[in-house]
Amino acid sequence: MADNEFEPNIVGFLCNWCTYTAADLAGTTRMQYPTNLRPIRTMCSGSVDPVYVIRALLSGADGVLVGGCHPGDCHYVSGNYKARRRITILKTILNTLGLEDERVWLRWISAAEGRKFADTVSKFTEELRKQGPNPVKKYWST
Amino acid sequence: MRIGIFVCHCSLNVSATIDVEQVIREVTEYPGVVYVEAYEDLCLDPALERIKKSAAEKGLEAVVMTTCSPTTHQQCLRDAMTAVGLPPDYAQVVDIRYDHETMETATRKAIDLLKATVDDLWAKAPPATFSLSPIKRALIIGGGIAGIRAALDIADGGYEVILVEKTSSIGGHMIQLSETFPTLDCPQCIETPWMVDTGQHPNIKMLAYSEVEKVSGCIGNFRVKIRRKAAYVDWDKCNGCGMCMQKCLTSVPAEFDRYINFGQRKAIYKPFAQAVPNKVVIDREHCGHFTTGLCSVCEKICPNEAIDYSQQDSFMEVEVGAIVVATGYELLPKGEIREFEEDPDIIDGLQFERILCPSGPTDGVILRPSDGKVAKEVVFISCVGSRDPEHGLPYCSRVCCMYSVKMAMLYKHAVHDGQAYIFYMDIRVTGKGYEEFVQRAVEENGVLYLRGRVSKVFRDGDKIKVWGVDTLTGKRVEISCDLVVLATAMIPSPGAKELASKLGIATDEYGFMAEIHPKLRPLESAVPGIYLAGTATGPKDIPDAVAQASGAASKVLALFSKDELILEKVAAS
Ligand SMILES: Cc1cc2nc3c(=O)[nH]c(=O)nc-3n(C[C@H](O)[C@H](O)[C@H](O)COP(=O)(O)OP(=O)(O)OC[C@H]3O[C@@H](n4cnc5c(N)ncnc54)[C@H](O)[C@@H]3O)c2cc1C
Ligand code: SF4
Ligand code: SF4
Ligand code: FES
Repeated sequence: MADNEFEPNIVGFLCNWCTYTAADLAGTTRMQYPTNLRPIRTMCSGSVDPVYVIRALLSGADGVLVGGCHPGDCHYVSGNYKARRRITILKTILNTLGLEDERVWLRWISAAEGRKFADTVSKFTEELRKQGPNPVKKYWST
Repeated sequence: MRIGIFVCHCSLNVSATIDVEQVIREVTEYPGVVYVEAYEDLCLDPALERIKKSAAEKGLEAVVMTTCSPTTHQQCLRDAMTAVGLPPDYAQVVDIRYDHETMETATRKAIDLLKATVDDLWAKAPPATFSLSPIKRALIIGGGIAGIRAALDIADGGYEVILVEKTSSIGGHMIQLSETFPTLDCPQCIETPWMVDTGQHPNIKMLAYSEVEKVSGCIGNFRVKIRRKAAYVDWDKCNGCGMCMQKCLTSVPAEFDRYINFGQRKAIYKPFAQAVPNKVVIDREHCGHFTTGLCSVCEKICPNEAIDYSQQDSFMEVEVGAIVVATGYELLPKGEIREFEEDPDIIDGLQFERILCPSGPTDGVILRPSDGKVAKEVVFISCVGSRDPEHGLPYCSRVCCMYSVKMAMLYKHAVHDGQAYIFYMDIRVTGKGYEEFVQRAVEENGVLYLRGRVSKVFRDGDKIKVWGVDTLTGKRVEISCDLVVLATAMIPSPGAKELASKLGIATDEYGFMAEIHPKLRPLESAVPGIYLAGTATGPKDIPDAVAQASGAASKVLALFSKDELILEKVAAS
C-alpha cells in the first residue's frame, strides 16, 4: 500500500446471527482481507435504523456495510426484508443529496460464509478506494 | 469508572499479526483505564483466575478482554466476573480477529476497537440482564408419537404438561399403520399403551380438538391462547359409548382410512376405536342436523345428554415456560405427480397401511379399492416426489424405502400366491436391523426389486399398467397389476407455516420447522424455550422421532431444573 493512497473508513453493522459470525469465522480461519472495516454487532439487520447509517456517513465514514441473513433466514423472520426496504429508500435519499449510493452496501452473508465476508470487505474497500473520500466529510468537518 | 484491560497473545495467533506492545502503550493512558495486563492464553482457566484476582486487587468496575471470538469467550469471562461480583455486562470481549493485511493496520484496528469498547462502557446503562423464575409447565403442540413421548417424559419428571392436538384423538400417523418396521409390532400393541398413559397421567392436561391461536412472551414465560374447537358434544358428559355412532344415518368416507372406498364413518364419530380421549365429535359439514335441520337422532339416543348442537368454539389462555413443537408430517398429494392417473387402485402408502391393517376397513384382507377383489400383483414405487427436483422436492423422505419393503412383506404374508414388485432408485436403509430386514423380504418373501424409474402408470381395462425401465438390464419393463402403491414424499403438516409464524420460529425452504443449528442443536428452534421433535423438522422414522422427543423433553427438564433464569438484554456492541 503506497503512502499516498486513500484508505477508506468503513463502518459495518453486522447481524449477530449471520454476518457477525461470518466475520468471526473469517478471522478464525485466517482469511486475509483489508482492515478498513470497523464492525458493530447488531442483533438483526432489521435493527439498523437508517439514521445510524446517515450518522456514520456524516461522522466521516466513507462507506457503510449492512450485513444480514439471507432472505428467508432472518432470526426474527422478517428483519432483513425490512432492512432491504429501508436501505432501498435510504439510497434514493442519498442520491438526492448528491452522495453516491454505492457508499452503502447491504449484503446477505450467512454464518457459514466467512469467505464471502472477507471477499465483500475486500471488494468494498477496493471500490471505495476508487471512489475517494466521502465528500460530506469535507463539508461537515469544522 | 475503573476499567481493566487484558490483552491476549493467543499463543502466536494474535501476537504474530498485532503489535501487542503498541496496543498496551496506547490504551494505558486512555480515560478510565487503570490497569492493563497481557497474557499468553487468556482462555485457559489459570488466566481467568488471574483476571479474577487482578480485578479484585485493583478494584476494577469493568473488564475488557481482547481475544479472538466473543462466541467462544464472552460467556466464560462473564461467568468469571460474576464470580467476583461484577455485573456481567461490564465484562466485554473485543474481537481482534486476525485479519492481517499488514501488522500496522491490524494493530491500528485493534486499538480503535478497544478504545471504542472502553467508550461504550462509560456510556452503558447498568446491568443489562434480568432474571425471571420460569413457569414450570410445558406446552406440547401435536399428539403424534413424538408429542406423546415428550409429554410423558416431562410429566414423569414431575412437571405439568399441556398437550394440544388438533384432531379429536392423539396418536398421529403411527396409529394408522398396520405393523411397524423393523420389528413388525403393531401400533395398537406398542403405541396405544402410551396413549392411555398420556390420557391418564396426573401431570398431563390433554386438549384434543384444539389449536394454538396466539403466542406471546419469552422463554420461561410464554402466554398461549388456545382455541377449543366445537365438537357439538359436551365432552364432560360423553363417555364414548358409541351409541350415537351406531344410530347416526349419515355415512361419509373416513379420513382416518384416508378416504379409500371401504372406509366409512358416521357424521358423529371417533377417528378410530381406541381414540384417546375416548370422545366423539360431530362433523358439521355432513351432519343432518346442520345440513337439513331435520336430524337429531344422536341427541335423542345419547344416554348422557351429551349432544349440544349449539356449542361454539371456546378459548383458553395458558402460561407455560417451554414449548415443544411436534406437529409431524403429511404426504404429498398424489395429484401433484402427473405421471400417475387418478384411479382408485393407485393409492399412497398410508392408504395401503389401512388395507393391510388387521383392524382396518378390510380386516386386513388385501382388496382392490375399485372392485373389492383380492390384489394378486402389487407394484410399489419409491421416491414419488422425493429426490425429484422437478416436482420441487429434492430431499429424500427417508422412510419410504423401509415402509415399501415392509408393506411388500406384509402383503406376501397376507396373499401367499401374490407377487410384489418394488421400483427403486437406491435402497437407502441405514437403521439398526434395516438392511437385514430388506434381505429377509427378498430371500424369504420373494419380493422383486426393479431398479429404475417409472414413466407412466395408467388403467388398462381390469388392470393397472406400469411402464418403466430396469436400469440394471437396460430393458423396458411393463407390468400389469392390480394395485399400485406410491411412496409419496413426506411434506410438512398442513398449517405448519402459520403455526411457525405464530411462534416466531422459522421454517426451512420446504416448510419444515427449522433448527437453530441442524447438526449441533437439532432440537432447538431459533427462539429460546421453543424446542422441536419428530417429523415436524423433516422426514424420519419412529425410532428417530421418539429419540428426538426424549431429547427435547430433557432440554425442557434442564430448563425447569432452574429456579431463576438470567436473561440478557442484548444491546449492539
Ligand atoms: C406409509 C408409511 C408407513 C410408515 N411405516 C413406518 C414404520 O413401519 N416404522 C417406522 O419407524 N416409521 C414408519 N413411518 C414413519 C412414521 O409414520 C413417522 O416417523 C411417525 O409417525 C412420526 O411421528 P410424529 O409424531 O413426528 O408425527 P405425526 O405422526 O404426523 O404426528 C403429528 C401430530 O400432530 C398433530 N398436529 C399437526 N399440526 C398440528 C397443529 N398445528 N396443532 C396441533 N396439533 C397438530 C397431528 O394431528 C398429529 O396428531 C411410516 C410412514 C408412512 C408414510
Ligand atoms: S355422545 Fe353420547 S352416545 Fe355418543 S359416544 Fe358420547 S356418550 Fe355415547
Ligand atoms: S427413503 Fe428411499 S424411497 Fe424414500 S425417498 Fe429416500 S430413497 Fe426414495
Ligand atoms: S437476524 Fe440476521 S438479518 Fe435478521
